[in-house]
Order: sequence, then C-alpha cells, then structure tokens
Amino acid sequence: MTRSSIALAVLLAVLALLPLVGGAYALRLGTIACMYAVFALSWNIVGGFLGYPSFATAAFFGFGAYATGVLMTLGVPLPLALVATLITCLLAASVLGAVLLRLRGHYFAIASLSLVEVLREVVNNATDLTGGGMGLNIPLASNSSVLGDALFFFYAMWIVLALTAAMVIAVSASKLGFGLACIRQNETAANMVGLNTTLYKSIAFGLSACFVGVAGGIYAAWVHYIDPSDVFDILYSVKPIVMALIGGLGSPLGVVCGALVYLGLEEVVWRNYIQIHSGLLGLLVVLLLLFLPHGLVSLRTRLFRRKAGHA
Amino acid sequence: MLAAQVLVNAAVLGCLYACIAIGFSLVWGVLNVINLIHGSLIVLGAYLAWGLYQWIGVLPWYVLVVAAPLFFAIGYLLQRLLLNKVITAPVLVTLTLTFGLDLILNNAMIYFFKADYRKLTLVPSLGSISLGGVVVPVDRVIATAFALVLTGLLYLLLRRSRVGRAVVAVRLDHDAAVLMGVDVKSIYAIAFGLGAALAGCAGVLMALIFPISPLTSSAYLGKAFVVCVLGGLGSVSGALVGGLALALVEGVGAVVVGPSYATTLSFLLLIVFLIVRPQGLLGRKGFE
Amino acid sequence: MPEILSLAGVSRHFSGLQALRDVSLGIAGGEIVGLIGPNGAGKTTLVNTVCGVTPASAGTVTFAGRDITRLKPYQAARLGLARTFQIVQPFAEFSALDNVATAALFSQPGQSLKAARENAREHLAFVGLDGQADQPASTLTLAMRKRLELAKALAMKPKLLFLDEVNAGLNSAEVEKATALIRQLAAGGITIVMIEHLMKVVLNVCTRIVVLHNGELIADGAPRDVVRNPAVIDAYLGQQYAQRHGAHG
Repeated sequence: MTRSSIALAVLLAVLALLPLVGGAYALRLGTIACMYAVFALSWNIVGGFLGYPSFATAAFFGFGAYATGVLMTLGVPLPLALVATLITCLLAASVLGAVLLRLRGHYFAIASLSLVEVLREVVNNATDLTGGGMGLNIPLASNSSVLGDALFFFYAMWIVLALTAAMVIAVSASKLGFGLACIRQNETAANMVGLNTTLYKSIAFGLSACFVGVAGGIYAAWVHYIDPSDVFDILYSVKPIVMALIGGLGSPLGVVCGALVYLGLEEVVWRNYIQIHSGLLGLLVVLLLLFLPHGLVSLRTRLFRRKAGHA
Repeated sequence: MLAAQVLVNAAVLGCLYACIAIGFSLVWGVLNVINLIHGSLIVLGAYLAWGLYQWIGVLPWYVLVVAAPLFFAIGYLLQRLLLNKVITAPVLVTLTLTFGLDLILNNAMIYFFKADYRKLTLVPSLGSISLGGVVVPVDRVIATAFALVLTGLLYLLLRRSRVGRAVVAVRLDHDAAVLMGVDVKSIYAIAFGLGAALAGCAGVLMALIFPISPLTSSAYLGKAFVVCVLGGLGSVSGALVGGLALALVEGVGAVVVGPSYATTLSFLLLIVFLIVRPQGLLGRKGFE
Repeated sequence: MPEILSLAGVSRHFSGLQALRDVSLGIAGGEIVGLIGPNGAGKTTLVNTVCGVTPASAGTVTFAGRDITRLKPYQAARLGLARTFQIVQPFAEFSALDNVATAALFSQPGQSLKAARENAREHLAFVGLDGQADQPASTLTLAMRKRLELAKALAMKPKLLFLDEVNAGLNSAEVEKATALIRQLAAGGITIVMIEHLMKVVLNVCTRIVVLHNGELIADGAPRDVVRNPAVIDAYLGQQYAQRHGAHG
C-alpha cells in the first residue's frame, strides 16, 4: 500500500465514526458524501487512469437505481437486489465499454453523454416495469425508526464506498492499473507490446460502472421513490468531473477529497439557492477551469496530451 | 401516400436539422471544440423570436436581422474572454468548460422564463399547403426556406470573403495558416461568433415550429452532433446530407418503432456510424 | 533454415489507394533482411499488415507455421512478432525501466510486474540505457528513445523483429552503435527485417535485400545482386549510386 492509499483508508475510517457525533442531518449528509465519493472514485478509473473523458456516471446511477427498484417491487430483498444490480451493471457496462471505448476524444465523450439520454428514454417507455414518467414507488427496506433508517443507509453507502476504494487501490497497484496507464499514454504502443487494449478498456468501464450502480440502488431504496428525470440527471455525470478537477485527476485520495469539498460547497453555498443550483455549479466549473491552474497543470502534463512528448 | 408524406416531412426537417448543426460543425471543425452551449443558444434564439412577437408583434423572419449580430457578439466575446484561455487544453477541459457555460445559460433561462413549454402562434395562422395528399404547414415551408438561405449565406461567406477563406485555412491546416500570417486567435473568435449567430438564427426559425423550453436544448445539441457525424465534420454540404439522413431515419423510425424511441434510434445510428464510417457519408474534410 | 514468415499474395488498399499489391515473400529464420524502396513504396504498410495494424485486404500471412492474417496487433505481438516504430512511441510519463517492463509484462502470459521490471533491467543494459532507467521517457534524447524502442521490442522475446528506420536522425557514431546491436541480436537467433534508407548500413548488415516500389515487390536477393538490378536503380537507387557503386566494385 502506498502512503496515499493508507491516507484514504484512514479518511474512510474517520468517516465511519460520523454517527457517534452527528444526528439525522449529519447522517443524511454523510450518506451523500459516501455516494459522491463512490462517483468520483469510479469516474477516476475511466477519466483518470484510462484518460477517456466519460460522462456516463448518470447512466450507471440511473440504471442501478431502476434495477434495484424494479427488483424490490417484485419482492426481492434489498441485499439480494443490490448484488444482482452489481453483477448486471458490471456485465452490461463491460460489453458497452468494448464498443464505446473504440471511440476517442469528443466522440467518446458525446457517446457516453447520450447513453444517459438513451437509458432515460428506455425507462420512460418501459411503463409496465418502471412506471415510466410517473416514477416508481419502492417498498420500504426496513421498519425501523427515522434515525435507525438513516443509520442503516449511511452504513450501506459507506460499505459501497469502502468496497469501491478497495477496488480502486487494488486496481492501481495491479497489472490492470499499469495497463490502463499504458493505454492513457499511448494506445498504439500499448497494443504493440501485446496488451489487449479492448479487454482492458472494457474491464475498466465495467468497474467504473458497478459500484455507481449499487449506489444508485441504495439511493432508490433510501428515498423510496425515483423517476427518470431524477436519477438520469446529467448533473450526476458532471459532478464527479468537478470533484476530480478540484482534488486532482488520477489520484484516488485526491478525488475523494474533491468529493468532500464539493459536497461542502453544495451544502453551504447554494443550499439556499435551489433555483439557481445548476447555474452556480456551472459557474464553479468555469471558475475552476479558468482560475485553478494547479488542477490544470497536472492535467496538462499527464492526461490526453494532444501531442506526444516530442523533444 | 404515407411514404410520400414521410419523405416530404424528412426533407423539410432535414434542412432545419442542417441549419441547427452547421454552426456547431463550424466551431468543432475550426476550433476542435465541442460547443455544448450550442443547444441553449438555439433556445435563447427561440425566446428572442417569441418575446419580440409577443411584445411588439415582430414576425420571426424579421427577427433574424437582430439575432444574427447579437448572437455573433455573444459568441465572439465568449471565445475571446473565456474559451480562448483553455483552447490548447485537453478535450476534457474544453468540453467541461462549455458544459459549465451551458449550465449557467440554461439555468438562467429556466429562472427567467420557467421550464414550461411555450408556443409562438402566429395570428392569423398561415395554414398549410396540400399537394396530392401531402400536407405541409406554411410556417414550416418558410422556416425551411430561411434555413436554406442561412446555410447558403454561410457557404458564400466561407467561399468568397477574405475572412471566410482565413477560417477555412485554419480549419484545414492550422500551422500553415499561422505561417501565412493568419491571426488565428481572432479567426477562432470569428468562427465561434459565426457558430453562435447560426445557433441564434436557427433558434428563431425553430420558434415557428417547435414548442420553446430550456428543456429542449439537449435535444437540439444531440441532433447537431448526430448530423455532424452522419454528414462528416465541417462542411456545409455534409451538414445538409447529415440533416436529411437523420430526418429520414427518424421519420421512418417513427413509423416503424414509434416516435418515443427517437433518441435511442439516433444513438444507435451514431455508434454504428462512428465505428463503421467515421468520416461521414461524404467522407470529405474541410469547408468549401 | 525453415521459413519463419511467409506472405502469399498479400494486398492492402486504403479507400482507392493500393498500398500493397500481391506481395509474396518468404523469410527464413536467422536472416537479416533489408526492406528498401522509395518513400510511399509501402514498406511501413507491409510491417503494419504483418503486425495486424492494417490487416491484409487479400492474401495470407503465415508466421511460425500459423496463419496470422486476421490476428490483432496484441495477438501477433504475443506470438513473437515485435517492431520498433519509425516515429518513436514511448509511454512518455513512465520511466525508461517501466517502458520496457510493459513489453515484458503484456507480451508473455503470467508475468508479474516485479519479474517484468527485473527483466527490463537486462534489456536496458543491453542497449546501454541502464544509467537512464529511472528517467521518464519524455526526458530522453532521440537516440536514447530509439534504443528504448529496441529494448522494448527485445523484452517481448521476439522470434522476428521489424526495425522501422532505427537509424533515421542519428549521427554516424550512433549509427555504428545501433548497427553493432543489430548484429548482436541476429547472432542471438532473432530474425530481423529492417526498413532502412542508409545503403551503407543495409549492405553492411543485411544478408538479403527486398525492394518495394508502388506497393509491388520488384527485387529480392543477395545485396550485391539487388543493387545492380536495373529496375532497382531506376526506381530507388538512382543512376548516380549505380555509377559510384560500379566504380568501387
């Protein structure tokens, strides 16, 4: 384990102690913090390690929310529904990744963006199963008190975060992580030294999807009601990018810190300005990109270079 | 009869799609930037037409005269003041920046105009033309005609004018253009301005036909993108071919699988095209 | 020696442009073949076609008794086909060591990262880059990057190695060094096909020369014979060279 992996583990352990000090509000915030950190860590696999600009987070999230939601309305218990969501998400995204990640740059970005629109449309149309635009009511997962419920979902989300972090740390230390870094730097050369780039990209896409899907499932059970425009909200795709830009692309510890800072901003600055919420997010994006050269410097030297490093 | 109606609808819609896409294609081709604010600029143009008609009864096609310079100025300034600072940065940065700008503009429109769908209804209505059983509303015909005129104007501008030739030069070979003394920065700003002007004008025309709401911006953006991919990036004729192809596929698709799967259908088309024929139907690079 | 690589009627076209026309060619194990021809003759396309980057439009490619016509680049690489690129293709952020380690890691199944790195050290030493092992590839000079390419190719334990203009842009001392390395590799049992513009190097090193012109094979044989071939002089070497060569030989 590297030093930053240990720091990440410590950070997560501290987060797990939250219920000792906070009430229902703190737990709600903690649950969202865990969810955002899952987004950021997952996005970082494709966006940071692999260097492909993905806008697919909302697609995975919405898919997971509906998969779990539909299974639960069919009477499947929550844990089982989540496991099923994890597996489906992993497989479906791996297959999709093999196709979509043949595209590069702008093309991949837009394809991943339209994936969100497509899934929303499909869910909207599959009225029998999903309730369409009317949304889906999801049975209660537990019968405990309000606080007990909050505690349950906080730890559920925290466990997903811990699993995601473990997966990301394992990937970055493995042959897979090494291969993803190769592809990011020079895909042609990677192919030429015997690296099966399609397979690696496909696995990366699958891994970046599965825990976001599970987080979506927990979210659905937590809020009891989902509808397509809520869970397939494109903002879910943008937020992890902003978090990564805040915390520094590529570093798992960095993006988790970015997620926490972002959540802080979201809560403190514009909790009271719900009507211009997305506009303020846009402003944050613009300001970050224009005036935070630190994030950009590391980005420019390490990611998606337009020209390979000629002397 | 159905076939003829589908074909005529596709032809009309295809020209409008081309008009939506052409500015987007210009910016993408010349600046290598996917301009995600394009859809919201179209909607803003539609609001302009709607507002002027509601307030003082100006007919939409006259609004074009105001919209073109206004949106050109908006685009020119956006590029000069903001986008230019990150123009050499990686794809993720330019893409995310225009996304941020889009969030701001779209949210502002929702704030001021609300998300409800509005309709610009001309009084008296222009009615429709019927030819051998094929029916086309007159407002659509007018919008299509203006869409073609705008497209033609851009073509002439790029082909004949000095500035147009410089834009094309930057598009075809950036480094050579620099060596020939073209001021690339101002060409970038002009291209972005032109892209915005075309978006605004397209929006004015759309107001004649489609309901107006900030929520429609992503649909416009999606169409622009698909048209560029189908027709090949960065040529006026490519945009026309791409627009017609998309409209035809949508029209036939609506009959075969139903209109509620339009996005899914164009997405599939997009992926197939990107993988099988990434250079587009015409397979040419550059503006005329 | 049996043939290690054979091309039978291989053609490749790019939307209208015929880059390779019915090329048939057999290369025996242990040969050092010089692949020459004017710019645009199809030399790099030939390499790309064998390696699976631009698969043949017609014909078959057989490598070590296996049909590899339709294999992907990474599959060909794992069978023991390695190449260097005319324009060097390093993993710019990685250290020189890790660059070579990637080749060992991904070309042979079951390699661990640790073993690959140890492996890489040997190959770096072989090309004389052991002093730069921990430097990022982006900081190396062009000559060093060319040698890094070579070390990467060697780490794949190739049976056959394509060298695409390894000497282009090097000064004469560096060319000497590179030539010595190539001889050493061949002595170690690796079959070599080199695209090369410096005739001095070709004549010095190669046991056989193959000439491509407009995508067609126009000559194939011993170096002394090929450089006297009128068709080759016409297409590539030029009259001046023939005269000079005649005066010397």
